[in-house]
Amino acid sequence: MQITDELIEYIGDLSRLYLSEEEKKRAKKDLSDILDYTEKLNELNTDDMPEMSHPFDAVNCFREDVVTNGDDRENLLSNAPERKGSYFKVFKTVE
Amino acid sequence: MEIRELSALELGSAIKKKEISCREAAEAYLTAIAERDKTVGAYITVLGGKEMKDGTSAAEETAHGKIASALSRADEVQKKIDAGELDHSPLAGVPAAVKDNMCMKGIRTTAASAILETFRPPYDAGAVEKLEAAGGVVLGKVNMDEFAMGGSTETSHYGITANPWDTSRVPGGSSGGSAAAVAAGMAPYSLGSDTGGSIRQPAAFTGLTGIKPTYGSVSRYGLLAYASSLDQIGPLAHDVKDAAAVLEMISGPDRRDSTSVLKEAFDFSDCFDGQIRGMKIGIPSNYYGVGLDTEIRDAVLAAAKLLEERGALIEEFEMPIIDYAVPAYYIIACAEASSNLSRYDGIKYGHRTKNADNLIETYYRSRSEGFGTEVRRRIMLGSFVLSSGYFDAYYKKALKVRGMIKRAFDEAYEKYDMILSPVSPTAAYEIGGQIADPMAMYMADIYTVSVNLAGLPAISVPCGFTSGGLPIGMQFIGNSFSEKKIIKMADTYQQMTDYHKKRPEIFGKGGAE
Repeated sequence: MQITDELIEYIGDLSRLYLSEEEKKRAKKDLSDILDYTEKLNELNTDDMPEMSHPFDAVNCFREDVVTNGDDRENLLSNAPERKGSYFKVFKTVE
Repeated sequence: MEIRELSALELGSAIKKKEISCREAAEAYLTAIAERDKTVGAYITVLGGKEMKDGTSAAEETAHGKIASALSRADEVQKKIDAGELDHSPLAGVPAAVKDNMCMKGIRTTAASAILETFRPPYDAGAVEKLEAAGGVVLGKVNMDEFAMGGSTETSHYGITANPWDTSRVPGGSSGGSAAAVAAGMAPYSLGSDTGGSIRQPAAFTGLTGIKPTYGSVSRYGLLAYASSLDQIGPLAHDVKDAAAVLEMISGPDRRDSTSVLKEAFDFSDCFDGQIRGMKIGIPSNYYGVGLDTEIRDAVLAAAKLLEERGALIEEFEMPIIDYAVPAYYIIACAEASSNLSRYDGIKYGHRTKNADNLIETYYRSRSEGFGTEVRRRIMLGSFVLSSGYFDAYYKKALKVRGMIKRAFDEAYEKYDMILSPVSPTAAYEIGGQIADPMAMYMADIYTVSVNLAGLPAISVPCGFTSGGLPIGMQFIGNSFSEKKIIKMADTYQQMTDYHKKRPEIFGKGGAE
């Protein structure tokens, strides 16, 4: 499949990645090669097959909706790239 | 008694009998790391601690006061053993290496990515918690392909890892550090993770035994996710008995992983009697055709012959669906990766760019600066196959093919107890040999990825050497939760052979000084 300049820009946006011109060129070729290879799947008739998104049909093991974890604020904030008091510091998100 | 010549179980037994202390065991391995890891490069972080005389060059001083070095941890375990608290833990006091995608509280956990260079998890992974509860002593965190994406450990941000059998070659991947550490005598066993072959292939490349357990049998809580419906933690060790003991220790239910399905931990105690008479092994003949190195084909088929002489029933059959496993795998794995890795945005933890003026730019730049080439490639592929307009043609199609692969395995297990196949089409290749060609790298996963797509267990064991002296591996693939059968078969094979006893000679005969 041909990956156009517009498509690679779009994929970069979906991926939240900036791509240099060099990277775009490279990514266009790599993705196109890989996608061409996956065309092989179209040799198979899968009309009657269900989509298998998981190894087992019923795997979710639910628990009672009871709080078991306590206040762990300092521990969780210890990895914050930037913080202000007991908050994560980020750029303003509303004008 | 040379500590590092013992198997993990033998060392555990010597510790119980007070012939060796936990501290002596940890010290012996930390010393080996200090001497050898300059050559091998298996460890990203060594929990050496201040007490080490020589190992401090590789050791990291942990900033959090409560974090134990391997030596102080060994002393703690010793006290518990002396108090009789760990009588039922055969590996209590035995050191281990842990792949750097499993969280350990307060200890840097990077997934071999720049984006997590300073990340210190606020909690322990479920598998690590079980290992430590059973008296395991973690020596350090080992190298891997970035976010487990790769088969050579070359995509790591923290440098390459050499194969101890030939340091110009890769140790395999993504659990290449887990494999190299054990093969080079720098840990008696290790934990790895397997999304598309990442335990089995490095085990094959380094002459080790590796188990990819049935999906859901080992907790994924605290495993940094690559592809959640495929990821599974498992052991790498010198032989089947050690690997089985580790799997017993780390398996079992964990309510914090909603896909954890095992009701209780495995018990393999009745798997080592060597009785395989009448067990049926299917050999998918199309696995042994074009593309497979002839030395590997011959070694695996010779192993089948040996097991047949011992009473196993061997039969060839066709499994043509395997040809579709790699393309289905890469679509599904990358789709899940693009979703899983969207969490790395520079806000709550991980790398945050210094070059942004607003929130959106923070996301873009933090991710672009933090992720390596292969990870970016897979995120892009995954974002694409999940995008509107392409979702049905790629992602949905791959999920349907996944169903067909599972069905083909189900049909095979109506006739056979297990399937025997190669692990990799080649032995360990030269460093730099494949990294520039993603397609060649992906195609090499032909024998391993279908196991993950179907959620099955498989064990990789050494079955010979190439004419160049490199280890060859084969794998027994079982039906879901039939670990006992494949472990029994693999152990029987090791009772009849000594490939698993050979050690690389770069550090002297027998891998010891």
